[in-house]
Amino acid sequence: MNFTLKIWRQKDAKSKGGFETYKVSDISEDTSFLEMLDILNNDLIHAGKEPVAFDHDCREGICGMCSLHIDGKAHGPGQGATTCQIYMRKFKDGATITIEPWRSAAFPVIKDLVVNRGAYDQILQAGGFISVRTNSVPDANAIPIPKADADEAMDAAACIGCGACAATCKNGSAMLFVAARVSSLAKLPQGRVEGARRAKAMVAKMDELGFGNCTNTGACQAECPKSISIAHIARLNREFLSAKFED
Amino acid sequence: MSCFLCNSSVGKKLVMSVSGCFLVLFILFHMSMNLTAIISPAGYNTICEFLGANWYALAGTAVLAAGVLVHILYALVLTLNNYRARGSQRYAVTVQEPGVAWSSKNMLVLGFVVLAGLAIHLIHFWSKMQLVELLGGHVNALGFGPADGAALIAHTFSKWYNVLIYLVWLAALWFHLTHGVWSMFQTVGWANDTWYPRLKCLANVVATLVFLGFAAVVVVYFAKNCCCTCC
Repeated sequence: MNFTLKIWRQKDAKSKGGFETYKVSDISEDTSFLEMLDILNNDLIHAGKEPVAFDHDCREGICGMCSLHIDGKAHGPGQGATTCQIYMRKFKDGATITIEPWRSAAFPVIKDLVVNRGAYDQILQAGGFISVRTNSVPDANAIPIPKADADEAMDAAACIGCGACAATCKNGSAMLFVAARVSSLAKLPQGRVEGARRAKAMVAKMDELGFGNCTNTGACQAECPKSISIAHIARLNREFLSAKFED
Repeated sequence: MSCFLCNSSVGKKLVMSVSGCFLVLFILFHMSMNLTAIISPAGYNTICEFLGANWYALAGTAVLAAGVLVHILYALVLTLNNYRARGSQRYAVTVQEPGVAWSSKNMLVLGFVVLAGLAIHLIHFWSKMQLVELLGGHVNALGFGPADGAALIAHTFSKWYNVLIYLVWLAALWFHLTHGVWSMFQTVGWANDTWYPRLKCLANVVATLVFLGFAAVVVVYFAKNCCCTCC
């Protein structure tokens, strides 16, 4: 398969970026999208040119490192998949593919397709944890948890913090990420204790970092590689508002 | 508490939700009142008299105006925040995400259309009814009594362009409500995956009832006028 790639190139955070066009040829349809970029970079390096910088790590859809806005969609074509899980057979032979970095004021571009997603780490540090003394591992069955609650908490905990929600949202809102973190802990007895403090602290940090407001479009859940539901946003709203009214 | 309603994103959304809920309830009340004009013009005028420049009607109008103002001001503040959060660099290529309603992404534009329609509506009706009474007048610019709402409706919808303007206004309101009504519940946290289809269905039902209820008066009075002219 042959492709024309329109890729956003930007020297550093302060430089002005722009699109550059590249050709890749003889790509197998079973090549993953990131492997295709590896092939392009190999060609660029052999030609004495600067390779394209892009984020990647586990390449099995669990680390949340790979990003990329491909042909107008976060993580490219298909639903419930990260960029590393996208294969070139998803594209038509001879297609022109536009690749952009995440666009959000809170995710500044570092270089080419790499953005700084440290804002999500800061939100987590504000309250996305439980305070327990580290000691020997407790008995797994010491605190019984209803199956439905455990399932819901695990669905929310599937969030890999990739940033696709804020990158897709027309408001640059991080609500789905914050909601997933709050929800995954709020449904479990260990996390319930600090529920009110967590919701308030994480929303306050999210606002402080310049993320936008949720307008319930549902675009985030449509593009989330882990298909996390906006029902968790409803829970975050409940947690936050009840905490504020209790103050 | 007052702080989080002004400073926090979720708090500001709560104000949008509650003010929106208040406006939806008012619209439903207004629509039921209007339907009387089809059944009995005299009965409708009795309601108009009841809701003239009396203290309770004026207090109601003031609260309603405050509700509209709060809803618009918060919408502008939230949209400005969102515009900044999106960043200066936009995507070169965008697609419509699956399952995302057009109205949900265009609430501000739809809101502006609704607001423009409201301004026209106030000029057509409020300025010739309650305002005339407030200023101590007994007859409005068209020669009708300030409580003669039925005559004013008949006069306004005798013109085809007013019918068109009102139908476009109501269509914009329909789109606005299809997203707004279920969003009210989501914002206060009264929603989950089981309830989304039900809430969205409720939103469509409310929006359609509002559209049909208001449009019925417009169309019936226009048709009546056409029949009278032809006869």
